[in-house]
Amino acid sequence: MTQQVLFSVFNGLIIGAFYALMALGLSLILNLSGVINFAHGGFLAIGAYLAYTLIPYLGFWGALAVAPLLTAAIGLLVERLLIRRLYGRDPLYSLLLTFGLAFVLEDGTRYIWGPSSLPFEIPHWLATPLSSDFFFLTGYRLFMMLLVCAAVAILFLVLNRTRLGMRIRAGSGDLEMVSALGVNVRLLRNVNFGLGIYMAGLAGVLAAGMLGLQPTIGSVLIMPSFVAIIVGGLGSLPGTLLGGLLIGVTSGVVTVFFPSASEAVIYVMMGVVLLVRPHGLLGEEGRIQ
Amino acid sequence: MRARRETIADIAIWFCLATMPYWISLLGGYTSLGTRVVVMSLTAMALNFLLGFTGVLSFGHAAYFGLGAYGVGMTIKYLVPSTPLGILVGVAVGTVAAALVGALIVKLRGVYFAMATIAFGQVFYFIAFRWNSMTGGDDGLSGWRRIPIDLGFKTIDILNDDKAFYYLVLICFAFAVATMAALLRSPFGRTLLAIRENERRARFLGIPVEQHIWLSFVISCFFVSLAGALYALLNNFADPHDLRWDQSGDFVIMVVLGGMRTFWGPLVGAAIFVLLQDYLSSLTDNWMSLIGVFFILVVLFFPRGLLGFLRRQEKS
Repeated sequence: MTQQVLFSVFNGLIIGAFYALMALGLSLILNLSGVINFAHGGFLAIGAYLAYTLIPYLGFWGALAVAPLLTAAIGLLVERLLIRRLYGRDPLYSLLLTFGLAFVLEDGTRYIWGPSSLPFEIPHWLATPLSSDFFFLTGYRLFMMLLVCAAVAILFLVLNRTRLGMRIRAGSGDLEMVSALGVNVRLLRNVNFGLGIYMAGLAGVLAAGMLGLQPTIGSVLIMPSFVAIIVGGLGSLPGTLLGGLLIGVTSGVVTVFFPSASEAVIYVMMGVVLLVRPHGLLGEEGRIQ
Repeated sequence: MRARRETIADIAIWFCLATMPYWISLLGGYTSLGTRVVVMSLTAMALNFLLGFTGVLSFGHAAYFGLGAYGVGMTIKYLVPSTPLGILVGVAVGTVAAALVGALIVKLRGVYFAMATIAFGQVFYFIAFRWNSMTGGDDGLSGWRRIPIDLGFKTIDILNDDKAFYYLVLICFAFAVATMAALLRSPFGRTLLAIRENERRARFLGIPVEQHIWLSFVISCFFVSLAGALYALLNNFADPHDLRWDQSGDFVIMVVLGGMRTFWGPLVGAAIFVLLQDYLSSLTDNWMSLIGVFFILVVLFFPRGLLGFLRRQEKS
C-alpha cells in the first residue's frame, strides 16, 4: 500500500511537472500579451514529433537539444504572421485564432506522421529501473524530473536576473510604460512567445518518451495546464508552477483510490480554490478585473 | 425607415423558418439538416445573449449543451418514456449546473473568465466519458428514441415524421428567441448592455454587476441546454463530444461569423457553419484542418461577422 501511494505520488509529480512546464509557457504568453494560446498543445505535439524524426540523425540527446529550438522557431513565425495582428483587440479573437490553429496543428501532425501511435526510442540505460523494490523509479523518470527542475530554474533565473527577464516582468505589469521607456515591445512579445513555445517543445520531447507519441498528445495536456494557471494564481509564475505540481499529485493520488475520478478531481479542486480564493493560491488581487 | 426595414427582415426570417421543410429538399438538403440548423441557431443566439449583449466571453457552453442532451437521453432511457418531461429534466440539469459554476467564476473577467469556463466545462465531459454504466462512456448514450407526444386527443408522431419534429423544434426556438428579445428590450437587458459598454461606470451607478452577469450566464445556459436537449432528440443519441471544449469553440465561431453585436447574426453564422461542416466532412478526411483554417480566416478578415459587415456597408 505504502509503495502504491509512493508510486502514485511520484507519478503525479512527473505528470505535474509536465503540466507546470506547459502552464509556465502559457502563463508567460498570457501575462505579457493577454493571449490564451490554445495551440500550445499543438506546439507540444510538434516538438515531440520533430524529436522523433531527428533521433535517427542526431540521437536522443541531439534531438532533445534541437527539437524544442525548431518548435520555438515555428512559434516565432506564427507569432509574426498571425498572433501579432490581434494584440490589443478583444481577447475573443486571439482565443478563436489559436483555437483554429490548434485544429490545424493537430490535423497537420496526423497528416504528416500518421494517426497511429509511434514508438519513441529513449537510451537503453535510462529506461531500466534503478531499484527492484521501487520498480517505478526508472532512470528516465528521474532524469526527466531533474531536467524539468533545471529548465524551471533557468527560466526563473532569466526572468529575475537578466535584462530580458526584467523587461518581460515589467511588460506584464504595464506594457505601455515599458514601451514609453524605449523598449521594442513588438520584439519583446515575439521573443517571449518563442520562449513559451520552447517550453512547450521541451515538454513535448520529454512527454513522448513517457506517454508515447500520438497526435492527440498535446490536447490531453492542455486543459490541466489551464487549471494549473487558475489554481496557482493568475499572473503569478511561481503560482503556476505550484498549481501544476499540486494538480499532478492530486490526480496521481486519486488514481489509486478512485481511478475513474482521476481527471475530474482537478476541476473540482479548481472550484474549491476559486470559492476560497478567487484570484488563485498565489495570484495578485488586481489581475482578475 | 430603419425600424421598418428590421420588421421586414424579421418577417422574412420567420417565413423562411416556418416553410423550411417544404423548400429545403429542393436545394439538395433534407429536413433533419434543417432541424440541425435551427437547433444550432438557438445555441448560437443563446450564447450571443452572453457574448454579444453582456460582453462576457464564455468558451465553455458545450458543457451545458451536452448536459441538456444527456439529461433528456437518460430520462427517456432510465426514468420516464416521455419527450416533454425529458426536455424539462435536461434543461433543469443544465441550468442548475450553470448556476453553480456561474457563481464560482462570476468574479473573473476577460480571458480569465473564458479560461475558467472552458476548464469547468471539462468536468462534465469527464463524468460523461467515465461513467460507463450509465452514460455509455466514449460510445455515447444510445438505445433510446424520442417518444411521440400524446396530447390526449391526438398523438403527434415526432419519431417517424421528420416534419412534425421540425415544427416541435421550431416552436421551442420561437419561444426561446421571443423570450430573449423581450429580455433584451427590458430594463434588465439595457443594464446588460450598459455593463458591456462600460463595466466600471455601471458599477458606479450602483448596478450589482456580478449579479447581472451571473443571471445573464444562467439565462444563456438555460436556452443552450434546451438546444442540447433538442439536439439529442434529433439524433436519438447523446455524444460525449457534445460536451467537449472543441464544441464550445464551434459555437463561438458561429456567433462571430454571423456578427455578435446583432440579434439575428448568430442564426446566419450557425446556418453557414452547419452547412459547411456537412459539406466538408463528406468531401475530405482532413476537414478538421479546413475548419481550423476557416477559424483563422474569419478572425483575420471577417471579425465583425456577416451582419456586422453589412450594417457597416449600409452606414457608409
